[in-house]
Amino acid sequence: MSKYYVNKFLFQVDRNPDFLKRYAEDPKNFVATWEQSIGPRLNEVEESTVHSFTDEERKALEEHDYVALFEMGAHFFLNLTLFIGIYDEQYMKENGPLAFQRQFAQRLQHWRGKEYPTVET
Amino acid sequence: MAELVATLASTHHPFYLRATTMPPEEQIPQAPEWKRKVEAYRETLARAKPDVLVMVGSDHFHQIFLDNCPQFLIGKAERYDATFWNEEREFGIPKYLLQGDIAMSRFMHQHLMDQGFDFAFSNELKIDHSIICPIITVRPDNDLPVVPIYTNIFAPPLPSPKRFYDLGRAIRRAIDDYPSDKRVAAIGTGHLSLELGGPRQFMETGPDPEFDRQAIEWLRNGDIDAILANVTHESMAKSGNATHGFLNFILMLGVAGPEKADYVDNLDLFHTMEAYLTWYPRTQAQERAA
Repeated sequence: MSKYYVNKFLFQVDRNPDFLKRYAEDPKNFVATWEQSIGPRLNEVEESTVHSFTDEERKALEEHDYVALFEMGAHFFLNLTLFIGIYDEQYMKENGPLAFQRQFAQRLQHWRGKEYPTVET
Repeated sequence: MAELVATLASTHHPFYLRATTMPPEEQIPQAPEWKRKVEAYRETLARAKPDVLVMVGSDHFHQIFLDNCPQFLIGKAERYDATFWNEEREFGIPKYLLQGDIAMSRFMHQHLMDQGFDFAFSNELKIDHSIICPIITVRPDNDLPVVPIYTNIFAPPLPSPKRFYDLGRAIRRAIDDYPSDKRVAAIGTGHLSLELGGPRQFMETGPDPEFDRQAIEWLRNGDIDAILANVTHESMAKSGNATHGFLNFILMLGVAGPEKADYVDNLDLFHTMEAYLTWYPRTQAQERAA
């Protein structure tokens, strides 16, 4: 498991309009591309060889499964802002302001009153 | 020596600008009251007539990420760009350019090191909404140079509440010892109880209104002993998974010293409680009362 690498994915996609669009429209292919050529990049010259996704992490990212990502301890801020970036507008049109954010909370209700999975990496 | 003329500690709400500038018929019902409260708070800074702002905030994975994550960092640059693309996208916050005060940054960095706070530093720091939100609320003309200080409230393990308070005290000493005739205001933002990306997010109130009321009372009374006796990383997590932003309030109380606040206001909003506090150093507060 690489919580760090999942966070790196969320971090890089959230801050890049091109990545965000590709991840919103075709998540499975974008996750594959990211793993092959984007995630390993440290800078224009250097590459990292030390991180990779588990099958579970890859599946959660491919399915935009923010509940699974929360449960793996992905950072709450990245997990929220990235999926707001993908879903907020569409939910707002259909169900008004904060509809996506409230559904996000609703789907995590089974964690209320419990200690959440740690986001420490 | 420089003079600390005001210490401001408040919540930062990235939707303030959008919420109060959209067409009135689309605004939330609290928008006019929110605007009035923020403008009254702005006045508490203006009347101190500062020349330079020491600004305490916390990067939200904009410049800083988990590959290289300092606990405390000071900006040392002539200028600072501000607002990242994803903040424009999500919050509608515009881009800014802030003037720095590199001489004061250098002095404070060395002084804090000498006091045992081994700060990281950045000569190319792009500022995020933790520092731009208070520019928007309390100094929208953006006409003063800043010394930005970032704390880690976000990527555990975090420094202890006591360490945040002690850092506030150290920042105060650094300001007091700065050989300059400048009038310095210290402005820091954080959160009361807050949940992001969890089951208690975006409710009608913050996740722990009882903590919020208690926290404001502690700050109003300058009661650092009660804060340190009651607030731990675990207790903050129970109040909401992003409540650790309260650590910046503790730091700012350290800058002000364990004194009663001179100005306290708050506003219950959906999702969070807003809090606005200002301390004037003793002699000034006495002059103001006279």
